[in-house]
Amino acid sequence: MATQVFKIPETLRKNAKYTFCPGCDHGVAIRLVAEVLDELGLKDKAILAASIGCSVTSYDFLNVDALEAPHGRALAEATGIKRALPDKFVFTYQGDGDFASIGLAESMHAALRGENLSAICINNTTYGMTGGQLGPTTLMGQVTTTSPSGRNAEYYGYPIKIAEHIALCDGTAFSARVSLDSVPNIRKAKQAIKKAFEVQIKGLGFGFVEILSSCPTNWRMTPDKAHERVRTEMIEVFKPGIYKDITTEIEG
Amino acid sequence: MSNIVIDSDKCKACYLCVKECPKNLIKISNKTNNLGNKVVEFCDPNKECLGCAMCATRCPDLAITEVYKG
Repeated sequence: MATQVFKIPETLRKNAKYTFCPGCDHGVAIRLVAEVLDELGLKDKAILAASIGCSVTSYDFLNVDALEAPHGRALAEATGIKRALPDKFVFTYQGDGDFASIGLAESMHAALRGENLSAICINNTTYGMTGGQLGPTTLMGQVTTTSPSGRNAEYYGYPIKIAEHIALCDGTAFSARVSLDSVPNIRKAKQAIKKAFEVQIKGLGFGFVEILSSCPTNWRMTPDKAHERVRTEMIEVFKPGIYKDITTEIEG
Repeated sequence: MSNIVIDSDKCKACYLCVKECPKNLIKISNKTNNLGNKVVEFCDPNKECLGCAMCATRCPDLAITEVYKG
């Protein structure tokens, strides 16, 4: 008798068809979020504060209540929702440009206030939706449409390491960086998302996961080569790991 | 008997599953779906599928909808 080991999560809309480019890791990240919402039984009490960027389409696929925020303001909006409706589970799904560039103040202060929220940030080192411009996480030397000779410190400064910065905030309960470059790492990513959601349920504070993802279209690579780049170039700079986890501090 | 179910209409021809399958059971077919992509197909004549779900875990477009292990 065969047992079913994989199915489309119930929190995803029935017959959801992603509108992302071929090989885009957003699809995997949204599925992981849906799987975790299923497993924690949060489908009916979850509210998504949606962002701007490729990540905006998450509310087309996740079958939860959602409210669209102005660019970068997802966590400010989420703060309002959570304070008005403390019984709901409130989370954001953002890209690096939304979270760490235009929305850096909102994101950082949500963590500093220790808001009882969960935030997912997809880091693909570029602005995907608008055509591959230089973003806050663009790697040194990386060629983008607005840094045609590659990112250099003199003109463009340095990339931001989001998970480390969020971990430094006293209100943060959980901060981790994971990658979607391989199947074992996808499984680890799911565990991290689960942890970031659980700290909100326990009321411990701000839960954050930065997800390293590929953007084959704007990197002008095949999906497979794009994962190779995540493995060789991105992980060198953005080291995966758990940067803060107060649940282990409490337990151990 | 282990098995997978592919929804060809969702396949965007990234072929990540083809590389991921440890038994090389997923192949690029000659069929084209309504998105104009050459879709993948599952060929397992010798019943080698492990039901490991690596293909479904990797698929970014939910085109592998079910995996059975047994």
